[in-house]
Parts: sequence; structure tokens; C-alpha cells
Amino acid sequence: MSTYKIPTMAEMASSGENPEILFWVGCAGSFDDRYKAVTQAFVKILNKVGVSFAVLGPEEACTGDPARRAGNEFLFQMQAVANIQVMNGYNVKKVVTACPHCFNTIKNEYPALGGNYEVIHHSQFLQQLINEGKVALQGGGEFKGKKITFHDSCFLGRANDVYEAPRDVIKALDVELVEMKRCKTKGLCCGAGGAQMFKEPENGKKDINIERTEEALSTGASAIAVGCPFCLTMMTDGVKNKEREHDVKVYDLAEMIAKDMGI
Amino acid sequence: MSILPQLIFLLVFAVAGYILYKRVSYLRRNIFLGQKEDRNDQKDQRWKTMLLVALGQKKMFKRLGPAFLHLLIYVAFIIINLEVLEFIIDGFSGQHRIFAPFLGTVYTVAMNMFEFLAIAVLVSCVAFLIRRNVMRVKRLSMTELKGWPALDANLILIIEIVLMFAILTMNATDQILAERGVEKYIALQGLFFSGLIQPIFQGMSDGTLVFIERFAWWFHIVGILAFAVYVTYSKHLHIFLAFPNTWYSNLKPKGEMKNMEEVTNEVNMMLGIQTEASSEPPAEIARFGAKDVNDLSWVNIMNAYSCTECGRCTAECPANITGKKLSPRKIMMDVRDRAEEVGKSLDAGGPGLEDGKSLLGDYTTKEEINACTSCNACVEACPVNIDPLSIILQMRRYVAMEESGSPAQWNAMFQNMETSFSPWKFAPTDRFNWADHLKNEEAK
Repeated sequence: MSTYKIPTMAEMASSGENPEILFWVGCAGSFDDRYKAVTQAFVKILNKVGVSFAVLGPEEACTGDPARRAGNEFLFQMQAVANIQVMNGYNVKKVVTACPHCFNTIKNEYPALGGNYEVIHHSQFLQQLINEGKVALQGGGEFKGKKITFHDSCFLGRANDVYEAPRDVIKALDVELVEMKRCKTKGLCCGAGGAQMFKEPENGKKDINIERTEEALSTGASAIAVGCPFCLTMMTDGVKNKEREHDVKVYDLAEMIAKDMGI
Repeated sequence: MSILPQLIFLLVFAVAGYILYKRVSYLRRNIFLGQKEDRNDQKDQRWKTMLLVALGQKKMFKRLGPAFLHLLIYVAFIIINLEVLEFIIDGFSGQHRIFAPFLGTVYTVAMNMFEFLAIAVLVSCVAFLIRRNVMRVKRLSMTELKGWPALDANLILIIEIVLMFAILTMNATDQILAERGVEKYIALQGLFFSGLIQPIFQGMSDGTLVFIERFAWWFHIVGILAFAVYVTYSKHLHIFLAFPNTWYSNLKPKGEMKNMEEVTNEVNMMLGIQTEASSEPPAEIARFGAKDVNDLSWVNIMNAYSCTECGRCTAECPANITGKKLSPRKIMMDVRDRAEEVGKSLDAGGPGLEDGKSLLGDYTTKEEINACTSCNACVEACPVNIDPLSIILQMRRYVAMEESGSPAQWNAMFQNMETSFSPWKFAPTDRFNWADHLKNEEAK
């Protein structure tokens, strides 16, 4: 029986290999029960397509994004410098991650600390695989013809101007992509960015994820697609709050592609 | 012919020039209360950004209605200033409509165009007054605008309306006098819009008309000079500052936070990493993050003076939309108001920054900055590329690093990250457990 291969950089290095890409899993991808499924789906795709990759496994640590955005620059840099030492030690050239926060931090903020890599988000990576014909989509899977809306992650969209890659991935599934009124540059945050994920919201009239979920539900979509672990949590909670979990699902892009590929 | 009017004109001009010079110096000093920041790279890109965003008003057009009305006022402002040039030459030389004999028909066409623009400004300003005071558009009638900001906005619109009336009145009476053959007045080949109000003045004597015409002329030119001075006390400063403000835009990806070099040196030393910088003794660090305006970059303070309080940032802010106290516009107003307070105090020989007050605490509260999701909606929305997020995050740095005053849950998150290298409390050795099951699953 051939099983899924998930080599670590350490294993690769000990056998003298250097993988093409480092898959940066991130804390949510490693520990969050719901997002672990996304990590697994993405790894299945990488296996199926035969991409040369490895993960850091236990050597990975938080990029430091929430610490930096909460104001703790010292803690951020401790995390960042340690990560950069590990990555530079393995001579990492290209990083793919399913987390827009990790993506933004490694791509834009690690260079100032000596970490220079080509960094792409998994939506961009999936888009490339689809464009190159490496991912054979069935096109008749459970999403065919369904209405699906995409919720832009701020750290992918406004922060880094990636708007089309995730949409191209969704459209490749032969679905009807319906946009919310606030989308792309005007996309409304899920409420978790800037380290809000790790604290209760300040006093207000409403939670941001409820506001956003209401907008997503108003499109009549049967699924909300996201490309970010925090957005996934916030939108899933929102759908539960609106008692719509029976007919509206929240998926990450990688899960949708893996489902369609039958893996 | 008396040269008294010319002397008065010269005096008015000199006084206005002097006041403006003092005001510009004052604003410049206030802006440079901020820290140095070098933004002189990528000059081509900077010129392009300024041309597109400030001159071309690209980002205004995210909201079409106001963008169109604003464009009319903006075009009129630039083009009518050509007529002001003639006013100034006439004023100094004692001539009347000095360009008319040289330009002939072109002059009449130009005057008609100016009149059309004057009407466009009138209509737009009235529409804007209605939006603010009758329709009470939400972002234009929020609590942070109570008092002076609301009055300032209305005053600007009313002053512009009055100035446009002065132009039309001047032209209407001027042409009646020219038709009557009164000396010095030059008959043009018909002015459409001021022609419409000529009946009001037809029955008046030559003397009354000359008085009204001269009064309107003086009112317009002195009004413009007074308005220029007023602008330096007002949110209306954006008409000038939008240009440098967009030139000095942040050209990096919006998601990137500025690295604190002073921290990098310490981190490298702690981790035993040898770098050129870390072998130097650590430089004296005034303060981590921003507590007051002088901790911010000069660009942040220029941003604050460039803000015209349109509130597009606040209208897009997810925290504000859901009823939190944070309003990115108020952050900008706070920075400006504090810089003004410090600047006025310094000019009066007062304590300036050492007055026992600060931006954070006396103007902006922790509750406001703690509500930000760093989503960049405010930055994206600003028609002149103001960056409220940068200021919010600098204040958070002060709270976390100087006061250890972050919300308790953030402090817990910091602790998790220090001990478990994850914002959640999981054992670092379990980080790779997600793969256990998959490694034994048959690959499809």
C-alpha cells in the first residue's frame, strides 16, 4: 500500500535532498481541528500532483504575526529570527502556505530580518497547478452548478493585492461564483485580523463575523469559500450563529479542490 | 487717476502673503515634530501616484456621486484661478480686464467657461450642504464631527458659494456699464450666466453699478486671499497637502509593518547572532512605539493635516460599522488636534509636548486602538492615501512594549507564543501530529 508522503526538511536534508517547496503549515494548520483538515487536503493534492515538497514539522514556530499586530515587536522578532535561522539553514527558496497571515509576514516582513524567499499563497499555487493542467478536475463533483461566494481575506486581498487567484480556483470547479457587495478591495474583514482572533471583541452593537456572514448568506450561496484559517473559523461561527449550518457550508479552497479530485 | 486702490491692493496682498508665510512655517514645524522617515525612493512611482491619485482623483471615483460633484469644484478651482491671475495683474497695475483687448473672442469664451464653472461650483456646494445638513449622510454627521469640524465644513461651502456669487455679480454689472459706454469698462460678446441676473441691476444708476462692480471685485479677490489664510486653519488644507501627501505615499504592500531596527539589534544579541550592528553599543532608544505625536513619523502628521474628514475610512471600517468606538477618521483628527495643541503651546512659549498630556490617553483611547483588525479598509478607502493603520499599530506597540498594558487575552497569547511557539497553548512537540493519520492512509 502506498501511503501519503509528508517528508520534513530534516529528513530531506539527512538524505541530501532539497525539495522544491517548503509547505509552511502555520499554527492553525497544525493545531486547529477544523483547519487540520485543510492542511491534510492540501498535502493530498501535493502528493497527487507529485510536487517535491517538505514541511518543517516540529521545527516550525508561529511566524509572530499576531504578536506584531498586537504591538509586541520584541516577541515577533524573536519568532521571526528563529524561523529565518531554521529556513536559511535548510536553504529554503520557495514557501507555500495556506495562511494569508503567514504569507504576508514571511513574504513582506521576513526580508528585513534576513529571510528572503519566494512566497506564494496556496490559492496562487492551486491556480498555477490548474493552469498547467496538473490538477485534473472532475468538474462534475458536488459543487457543479452550485452558487458559491468567496470571502476575501484582508491579508491576501488588500494587504497583498491577490484577488483573482482564489476566484480562478473556484471558477475551475464549474460553479456559479456569486460576489458579495463588499468584495475584493472593498471586502469586509471577518473580524479576526490584527490579533483580534485571540481576544474578545471590544464593546459594540454587533460582532464583525455576524455582519459578514449575513452578507454572505444574502447572496443565496450554498457554500462560502475562504482562503484563510481565521476567516474559516469566523465564518463557520457566523453560519452557526445564524443556524444555517445544515444548508450552508464553509470551505477552504484546498478542500474544494481535493473533494473535486476525489481525494 | 488715483493710485490709492493700487496701494491698498499691494498692502492687502502683502499682509495676506505675510500671514500665509507664518502659517506655512507653523504647519511645517508641527509636521516635523514627527520622527524622520526617508521616503524619497522610487521617484517615478511617486510622481505617478501623485498624478493619478491627487491630480487625477482616481480614488475619489469609488463613490461616483460625490466624486462627480467634487470634480466640478476641483476643476473650477484650478481654472478659475486663471482669472484670479488677471485680478492680481489688474489690481497691481490699476487696469481693468487687462487680457480682454489681447484675447478678443477667446476672452469672452474663457469668461463664459469661468461662469459655467462658477455655476457648477454653486450647484455642487449646495448639493454638499444638503448632503451634510438635510440628508445627514451618516459619515458626514457622526459624533466626532460635532462642533468645529461640522462648522468648518459648512463655512467652506458657504464661502465658496458667496465667492461665486461675487464673480457673477461683478460680470453682470460690468457688462451693463460697458453697454452704457462707461469709461474703462470693456464690452464682451455676451456672457450667458451673468446675463441671466442682469435684470436685477438694469434699473440702477451708473454710480451705483460702479460701486457694486468694484465692491464685488474687491470682495472676490480679498475673499480669495482671506480664504487662503482660512484654509491653513481648516480641514480644507487637503487642497494643497493632497499633493505631497500622495507623493510620500507608502509604496510597499499594505500588509507590511515597518521593522523596528532598534529591536532587531537586541534580538540578535539575545540569540547570539553576530551582526555589524549588534556589536555596537545599543543606541539610546527614546521610546518604543508611539505615545504622543512626536513618536510618530512626520508622514503620519502630514497625513493628519491632509485629512479633510470625509469619513470614507470610517464608513469602511469593520469595527466602526459594528458599533465599536474606533473611527479611523477620528484617529487622524486626534493626531492633528494634538499637533495643533503642541504647536500653539510652543508658539506661546508654553511647555509644548511636556504639558502632561499625550495623544494616547488624552485624545485616543486604548479601547479604540484595540478594536482595529488591521484589515486596511481605511487605507484602501482614503482618496489621498492617508494611513490611519500605521498610527494605530504604533500606539499598540507603545502599550505592549512600554506599559505591558495590552488586553489580558493578548498577554496570554504572548505567553503562549513565548513558551509554546504558537498563539495557542499546545505542546510544540505536537505540532506535526496532524500528519500521523495521513501517513498511514492509502494515497489515492
